[in-house]
Amino acid sequence: MKTRYSYGGDEHIFVEVDEEMSLEAFFKSLYMTNSVRDAKMDGVTEICPANASFQIKYNPDVIAPEDMLACLQDIEKQAVNADRSLDTRIIEIPVFYQDPWTHETLMRFRERHQDPNVTDIEYAARINSYDTVEDFIEAHSASPWFVSMVGFVAGLPFMYQMVHRSKQIEVPKYLSPRTDTPKLTVGYGGCFSCIYSVRGAGGYQMFGVTPMPIYDPNQETSYLKDFMAFFRPGDIVKFVPIDRETYDRNVAEVEAGTYEPKIRPVTFSLDEFEKDIDGYNKKLLEVLQ
Amino acid sequence: MTIRVIQQGLATTVQDLGRPGYYHLGIPLSGAMDRLALRAANLLVGNDEGAAALEAVFMGPTLEFTQDALVAVSGAEMVPKVDGDPRETWTSFAIKAGQSLSFEFLKSGARAYIAVSGGIDVPVVLGSRSTYALGALGGHEGRPLQAGDELPIGASSGEKGEGVRVAEAHRRGPGNPAELRMLPGLYWHRITEGSGYSFFDDTWKVAPEADRIGYRFRGGKKLEFVDREQPFGAGSDPSNIVDGCYPYGSIQVPGGTEPIVLHRDAVSGGGYFMLGTVISADMDLIGQLQPHTPAKFVEVTMEEALAARKDRQGLLDTIRASFG
Repeated sequence: MKTRYSYGGDEHIFVEVDEEMSLEAFFKSLYMTNSVRDAKMDGVTEICPANASFQIKYNPDVIAPEDMLACLQDIEKQAVNADRSLDTRIIEIPVFYQDPWTHETLMRFRERHQDPNVTDIEYAARINSYDTVEDFIEAHSASPWFVSMVGFVAGLPFMYQMVHRSKQIEVPKYLSPRTDTPKLTVGYGGCFSCIYSVRGAGGYQMFGVTPMPIYDPNQETSYLKDFMAFFRPGDIVKFVPIDRETYDRNVAEVEAGTYEPKIRPVTFSLDEFEKDIDGYNKKLLEVLQ
Repeated sequence: MTIRVIQQGLATTVQDLGRPGYYHLGIPLSGAMDRLALRAANLLVGNDEGAAALEAVFMGPTLEFTQDALVAVSGAEMVPKVDGDPRETWTSFAIKAGQSLSFEFLKSGARAYIAVSGGIDVPVVLGSRSTYALGALGGHEGRPLQAGDELPIGASSGEKGEGVRVAEAHRRGPGNPAELRMLPGLYWHRITEGSGYSFFDDTWKVAPEADRIGYRFRGGKKLEFVDREQPFGAGSDPSNIVDGCYPYGSIQVPGGTEPIVLHRDAVSGGGYFMLGTVISADMDLIGQLQPHTPAKFVEVTMEEALAARKDRQGLLDTIRASFG
């Protein structure tokens, strides 16, 4: 890992912790952004951790760009002692894979896809060497996922698959982005899964939808009354495949204000995780039983 | 008191100086694309500089006032009319209860700011009244105005009267070609030296896909990438990176073809490389660019960026001082 600093105009500093994605890079980015937040520096207006990088927005009239940079470099020196564990939560997210709405949408944008003759999930299964779509869904929903970034649009989580790199699903983005994606689509691009929080443009492959809103600007959804966006970097997610009947029931529960997502507190230790990924995941998922 | 929307214009939204502090959750700053014009319009009617006003793109709305008010229109050259009688832009004018405010066709610029004494008093959401339409947040019901909407207006300070104006010398718009100063950086190293030259040499044109999220440019040569094995997680296209944060003003070039400069409603991150960032002093100018306008990117250093920033603040100070 080689940290690279760059000015983003006169108001941002962009810090690439590593060119490639890893949880190690994410934890270093999280440590550094937490340190900036704790330092409560005058002039800092936005602190944005991302997958393997982060960004600080600041007012250069209050803190000079070179001082801001020097401060981040100081923080990096302390990051070698960083605690690579995190008190967080694990959340069960129901997914209706191969639903009619993403299917209708993907059929409208076939000419922008690598393989217009199959669906997104059929394509993803094939290029990741799964014999059937069912095997692929099993792989996507069996392992936990780490929310390593929230953004693009309001409240959208980027999720990193918590398996050995050799087993990670990887798919390209659409050749050219779609102008439409159904709200709450579960998508995939590069090595990341995501949930589209709002309807709109998008370039990720579409696998299904969740009945569970993750962004509600009116804060009417029962579990979004405290804040309108559900996800935080560091959240851990477990997808659970559901059928149409369960999907419809969940949607009705959300509307009635009775839907309660399954959420449990957990402590995640990157060092323990790396020692025995499968064993660690098994323990992690036990709290959802 | 309220304003009744008779015709909405093309895309008229409530905007103030924006909503900092939530970009890490994908909720952008929003706010006026031409912040100086918003501040000036507010000063003309005796409001706080950051009061909420209306931002009208390319075409003005028609509004009916239910009470007397002081109004000023700044930014784009779009002449306001009170019951059909033209008024000057960048100049405060009175409107009486029952009168309507409409606009002539756009002459120059892209976005007009319509400030009303007392400000547009929609609810404050996460510290701002600005509309973020993609997230259905803030403004009037989280969306651009529609005919039939009623907008609440706050209490007027009564500090200013009719005929207060911003001197013509202090009204700044983009030149032709528009020159957008930028600081190279971020993933600049991804493109070849030759593409680095052509990017600045070429004259680009604002594409029709230009909105509050970002401005797209086309017409320059396709950029060539330095060969590399793509890092894990980045995706296979040479213009892809592991999804990271996007600075406001950052210039991404998906596939190396059409640069997109992110603006006030920016997507907060994604997987396209960026070759630099338009400096803060020139962000307002982008908001006044019409589609098909020729534009050039001009390389500057950090020192030049900070000097330009100071200049811009000096202009604002001059405008403030001229009102006494």
